[in-house]
Amino acid sequence: MKKTESSQAPLWRDEFAIDVATDSYVTRRQFSKFLVLTSLGMFAGNLWILVKSWFRSSPRFEPQPLGIVDELAVGDVKLFSYPTQEDPCILIRTGIDQFVAYSQKCTHLSCAVYYAKQENRLECPCHEGYFSVEDGSVLQGPPPRRLPRVVLQRDGDNLTATGVEL
Amino acid sequence: MTRSRGLTAIDGAIALIAILLIVQMWLLTATLEAYLGGHTEPIIPAALISALLFAACGGLYLFIRRIDARRDRET
Repeated sequence: MKKTESSQAPLWRDEFAIDVATDSYVTRRQFSKFLVLTSLGMFAGNLWILVKSWFRSSPRFEPQPLGIVDELAVGDVKLFSYPTQEDPCILIRTGIDQFVAYSQKCTHLSCAVYYAKQENRLECPCHEGYFSVEDGSVLQGPPPRRLPRVVLQRDGDNLTATGVEL
Repeated sequence: MTRSRGLTAIDGAIALIAILLIVQMWLLTATLEAYLGGHTEPIIPAALISALLFAACGGLYLFIRRIDARRDRET
């Protein structure tokens, strides 16, 4: 029986035999396989961090003189860079014989923190993150961690930075 | 197992895999954030938990395959 013109498939169908909708159809099994492979990727990422942490060498800090103790009055601050020039730090004299120093980079988005003398705390002006002067811990705001503390060594009237505690 | 019950089970398993995957993504970003911040304490527990989540996803995938194969046999 001869087919009518309208019931026949168009001629271009011979050249373009692939149906896009059928070709791009994703079955549930394929989709779940994709999700599980992504999960494998996440696990591989965690393993990569683990391996990297095993081979990471601990940083070495060179002692750096910060100046003479009498340069600062109680409540005064001094800015310096430690251990490299790209690491701004803040030194605060909190008492006659008490000095503390922290990294000046806020642990939220690295804005520079400053010492608020009246409130006796370190403040980040960007998102109002506050840190304790005593130990650098977070008092308020979005910072996820305390400020890295610069280890100080006092030798007579001289103050020296000897390391950084994260 | 009827066809609709099989489909529901598969959809539920896929939803569970998606939830586990979101948890795993969060875990990876949190671990990376801690690592770059110099904190190494959470790295080993995070890797173990990530392995468990991957194993759970793999188990659910095998479950989906089994249900799917059974549905194919029945139809």
